[in-house]
Amino acid sequence: MNGKRSLLHDFTKGFIEENATFRMVIGMCPTLAVTTTVVNGFWMGIAVIFVLTFSNVLVSALRKVTPDQIRIPVFVILIATPVVIVELVMKAFMPDMYSILGVFVPLIVVNCIIIARSEAFAYRYPVMNSLMDGLGIGLGYTINLIVIGGIREFLGTGRIVLFSLGSFPARLLFDPMAVMLTPPGGFVTLGLLMAILNLVIKRSESKKAAREAAAHD
Amino acid sequence: MRFISIILGGVLTSNFIFMQYLGLCAFIGLSEQLETAVGMSAAVIFVMTFASTVAAAFEQFVLIPLGLQYLRTIAYILVIAGFVQLVEIFLKKTAPGLYKAMGIYLPLITTNCAVLGVALLNVTEEYDILWSTVNGMAGALGWSLAIVIFAGIRERWKFMNIPDVLKGFPLALVSTGLMSLGFLGFAGLFQGILK
Repeated sequence: MNGKRSLLHDFTKGFIEENATFRMVIGMCPTLAVTTTVVNGFWMGIAVIFVLTFSNVLVSALRKVTPDQIRIPVFVILIATPVVIVELVMKAFMPDMYSILGVFVPLIVVNCIIIARSEAFAYRYPVMNSLMDGLGIGLGYTINLIVIGGIREFLGTGRIVLFSLGSFPARLLFDPMAVMLTPPGGFVTLGLLMAILNLVIKRSESKKAAREAAAHD
Repeated sequence: MRFISIILGGVLTSNFIFMQYLGLCAFIGLSEQLETAVGMSAAVIFVMTFASTVAAAFEQFVLIPLGLQYLRTIAYILVIAGFVQLVEIFLKKTAPGLYKAMGIYLPLITTNCAVLGVALLNVTEEYDILWSTVNGMAGALGWSLAIVIFAGIRERWKFMNIPDVLKGFPLALVSTGLMSLGFLGFAGLFQGILK
């Protein structure tokens, strides 16, 4: 390996460079299923951060003693452990949220983000890097969930409820569109968000190319 | 009657892709060609139906007698992974032709959340072994219907002029949304039969 990797970069790359939803397009099911409100997206994100960090650290710590051929089953068991912890803690302390997120809490165990990070990152790099990677990718994912949840909640109900901070009303501007809270709304929102992101990236790239061409002249 | 309502429910009113968001990664990833979509569908129908049976049997004969229901998630994922591995070995030995057609999709199925999802939903719905199997099959049929229709649509994109920014995933998601809007029309259709 090329020397010591920067811990800070391992943390921040999860936000944009290796953003799970928009750049790698993995972990789609919960991204769409739980993002009807900001609060649901937030708690799902917290659960994923916990599981991802926990499993990354375990996989990384055991990477030297894990035989190559059976690494996938080993990963699955190491991932299932924190998932069961999250499931039981949520059931005990937040039964309402647990019933809203429903089957998607235990399904974190087959979320491709987690196994992809075990395979692509934690299995190769030291514990501290894997810890930062887990936190960074998890946090990036949480931000995605909150943004998508915010858009759907705002357009679907006409307001955004932020825990006990009160809600932000928008009923004066437009009538709420209930379709945004249904599955079609979720698919279309995510698709259009991705298209907008592509447009922004393309614009900035062509600007950069134009600037470089101008510098050459 | 219950049989018909579960099957129709799984295929139309509570379709796994369009209504419950399960198995989306494979749905988006493997729907570029009709042929792969059909191959994956066959594998999913087979594995999901019997994985539901195996998981329900495991629940009834192992987890409940031992009082270990709180370990359900971890137990189910191991049971499903083991079952898929077994199917793979069995097919390789007994039906090499079928293995060639389905083989490459089998490992993908372990991490398809629809398989674990249906096993966990069967527990919430309190289905016994027989009805779990039926529900698993219904879910798999619905999933297959969705991916085959979608692959047909995607094949036509080749001849279309699509804006650059929409190419690939964005357009796939928007089209899925529109199809899902169509399936929303089935909502409540079988409520009379169900109750």
